[in-house]
Amino acid sequence: MTVPALEIINLNKNFGGLPATQNVSLSVLPGERRLIIGPNGAGKTTLFNQITGDFFPTSGTIKLFGQEVTRLKPHQRAHLGLSRTYQIITLFNKDTLQHNITLGLLGLQKARWNMLRPLATYGDMRTEAIRVLGLVNLDHLADRPVSDISYGEKRRVEIAMAMAQRPKVLLLDEPLAGLSSGERTNVKQLVAAIPRETTVVMIEHDMDTALDLAETVTLLHYGKVIVDGARDAVIADEKTREVYLGH
Amino acid sequence: MTIETTSSATPAVEAKSSTLRIAFYAVMGVVLLVLPMFSGDFYINLASQILIAAIFALSLNLLVGYGGLSSLGHASFLGLAAYFAAWFFTRGGVDHVSAAVIAILATSVVAGLFGLISLRASGLGFLMITLALSQVLWGVAFRWAAVTNGDNGLSGMTRPMPFGIDLNGAANFYWFALIIFGVSFILMAIFTESAFGSALRGTRDQPRRMAALGFDVWMIRWITFVYAGFWGGVSGLLYVYYHKYIHPTSLSITTSAEGLLSVIAGGSGTLGGPVVGSILVVMLKNYASAYIERWNMLLGFVFLFIVLVMPEGLVPGTKRLFNRFKGGAK
Amino acid sequence: MQSGNTLTRTVLALVAVLLIGAAGFSYVSSIRSPQFAVIQALNSLALGGLLFLLASGFSLIFGLMRLANLTHGAFFMLGAYIGANILRSYDGVNLWFAMIGAGIAVAVFGGLLERFVLRQLSSNSLGQVLVTLGMSFIVADACLMIWGGDPIPVPTPAAFQSPLRVAGFMFPTYRLVVVLCAVAAAIGLYLLLERTRLGAMIRAGVDDMQMARAVGIPVSKLFTAVFMLGAGIAGAAGVLGGPIMSAYPGLDADMLPLALIVVILGGVGSLIGAFVGSFIIGFIYTFGTALLPDLAYVILFLPMIVVIAFRPQGLFGRMSA
Repeated sequence: MTVPALEIINLNKNFGGLPATQNVSLSVLPGERRLIIGPNGAGKTTLFNQITGDFFPTSGTIKLFGQEVTRLKPHQRAHLGLSRTYQIITLFNKDTLQHNITLGLLGLQKARWNMLRPLATYGDMRTEAIRVLGLVNLDHLADRPVSDISYGEKRRVEIAMAMAQRPKVLLLDEPLAGLSSGERTNVKQLVAAIPRETTVVMIEHDMDTALDLAETVTLLHYGKVIVDGARDAVIADEKTREVYLGH
Repeated sequence: MTIETTSSATPAVEAKSSTLRIAFYAVMGVVLLVLPMFSGDFYINLASQILIAAIFALSLNLLVGYGGLSSLGHASFLGLAAYFAAWFFTRGGVDHVSAAVIAILATSVVAGLFGLISLRASGLGFLMITLALSQVLWGVAFRWAAVTNGDNGLSGMTRPMPFGIDLNGAANFYWFALIIFGVSFILMAIFTESAFGSALRGTRDQPRRMAALGFDVWMIRWITFVYAGFWGGVSGLLYVYYHKYIHPTSLSITTSAEGLLSVIAGGSGTLGGPVVGSILVVMLKNYASAYIERWNMLLGFVFLFIVLVMPEGLVPGTKRLFNRFKGGAK
Repeated sequence: MQSGNTLTRTVLALVAVLLIGAAGFSYVSSIRSPQFAVIQALNSLALGGLLFLLASGFSLIFGLMRLANLTHGAFFMLGAYIGANILRSYDGVNLWFAMIGAGIAVAVFGGLLERFVLRQLSSNSLGQVLVTLGMSFIVADACLMIWGGDPIPVPTPAAFQSPLRVAGFMFPTYRLVVVLCAVAAAIGLYLLLERTRLGAMIRAGVDDMQMARAVGIPVSKLFTAVFMLGAGIAGAAGVLGGPIMSAYPGLDADMLPLALIVVILGGVGSLIGAFVGSFIIGFIYTFGTALLPDLAYVILFLPMIVVIAFRPQGLFGRMSA
């Protein structure tokens, strides 16, 4: 049996007595494309934040490739191959696109502790950053500050920054949020082109686009897993219709 | 917590501003080098004070400007190093070099401990804890008279004689301070431009993202805190050599506030800013105290003026006001 | 569940305060004399009471406005000077009258500061702190200009001058009055917060400012009201502290760090935290000064470090500062 890329066992999280995650268990195989859906307030981003270590669960276990990471700090998990994007764009606004991506590269290298050598002199990192920007068709803007580019372009930088780290597990938090339909197609192609070495877990509201990208789907509602399985089975499930259409 | 930092937007502006910057540094360098040749002791001493204050402000700027960590207790490190050096030299019976080494090492260790405590919080919590810690040290300096000599301060400190050169003359001390300033400026500049410095700025702007990218945000901040404490200690050492005396006031919130004002007045998060700010604060303090006794009140009003009228610092602030004035006149 | 938790912690913390007090008391009485220990215990309580009056306002302002008001120590000192002036210049003036007068004067000053200066910087919390810091320098220097550099002793009101004798011990009456005032203020603030409309609005704002705005609470007026309330209490506390501490330059710098430590200990925005923290610091500082006069300030490090290490949000804080 293959070891799951990401395994969550009986996860619980309470905020001041209010349950945000209730007994969530799920398992994502290496290379899988998993879509997490659910109405607003279902606890999707809360789940992501526990996977990345932004906050710790009240109880339960999180494993990356069989290794328990429940109590590890976010940066330690990043070094195990976990990357994420944010629903609310979280970039370094005053810095250039190239610098943004370079920080993504630097985060996993020993050079991040170097207090003598200027970052600008790491030519290989710059080259790699521009190559990664090329993957999202933004290399022509490499030396512009993030504050200059459009919202749709920022969304692509979000993804590029995570991709630069060559993650084993990539968490995408609503990568299509706020995009026009043209930009959606664009980002959809980007996500579809992510290599199979990377396991992708994605939160998305736009089902039309996202379902095409997914192989498996997990439906969350009030912090609980309602249905979990192959895409078509979850869509066809009675309970999915109940959650989305009401009783 | 918002700190205004200057950043250049377009390549054209960048080129222009870097020319300006080079010109600024060139002029500063020339002024610093020729100053002792044509000015009296008063101005040379004033310049020495500015250099000491500038090292202090530069070290604080590592935290405030580059790290986004607003400390209101940086005087701790200036005062501690000065007290340690004075105590070990005048009472501990050790020579100048040992006293200096002990002072800097001990100050760095205390900075490490204070960092452990204050970095449990960020933002306003960090500010309050650093303030409380430094105020406790200030209280200790006042009350623990058996060691610190209390309100009378520790006197009897002398200036060292590196390579047999007597530093008691104003010009000689100025050269000594200038060399230390040059070294510390260059080393702090290298620090801020380094890969680590870029990571530090990243933790200021997007700490959560930085952690997700694999940076140990806490460790980056702690190392910076200790490094800033180290240079704060260096400024304290120069301070006690210059005055040959140390009093609890050096640990007070006024000292921390003067440093912070220098950083913000000049423009935080820039290398030259704290130096410009220190020139302003030291000159103001010296000239004002010649005419009025109310330095603290003036300091308070300058604070209000800077924060309310020119939050981004004097140089960019003046430029902005000038542009608006020009725009209005058309 | 939350309130039960808070109740347990309150009881535990009060027991801890009593234990600290009792330990200090018995130790002091064994090496000095029981009478000396009684006086020190009352001094601790009186200092704790004054600290509560200072820290509760600071904490409330911080909790609601996310503003670290460094002028708070200066408010206390301003109150002390105004109180000293009133009590010394008019013979037989009532202490309460002086407190109300100084409290209103300082509250009005605070209200003007909030309305016309801090309001300009509502999105810039560092700027606000720097302005309150600058303001504290201005106020302190203005006091020095007006009242000079010598301490102004404040007479203890005649009614409270003779000590109370119980079970062979003498109790300085005025200390008791200070403690009673602090306890009364604590109860008053508690009732204000828990039982009144204004209190409900303040609590809503502390919990979730955006929600409070959304449901139509007049946040702007609320800010001014709370700032004035905190400033007024600090000013009145200065009057109350006058006969014990007298009014002197540097009183602000002596009191503000103690209040900061109280708030760090107790947790920002928490009334109970400020109450418990004040008496912990009152005991530690007073007994520390009595036993090891040189090192009283060093001892202040200890509770602070322990709390920050194990509970960075403070004993009763819900949010991290």
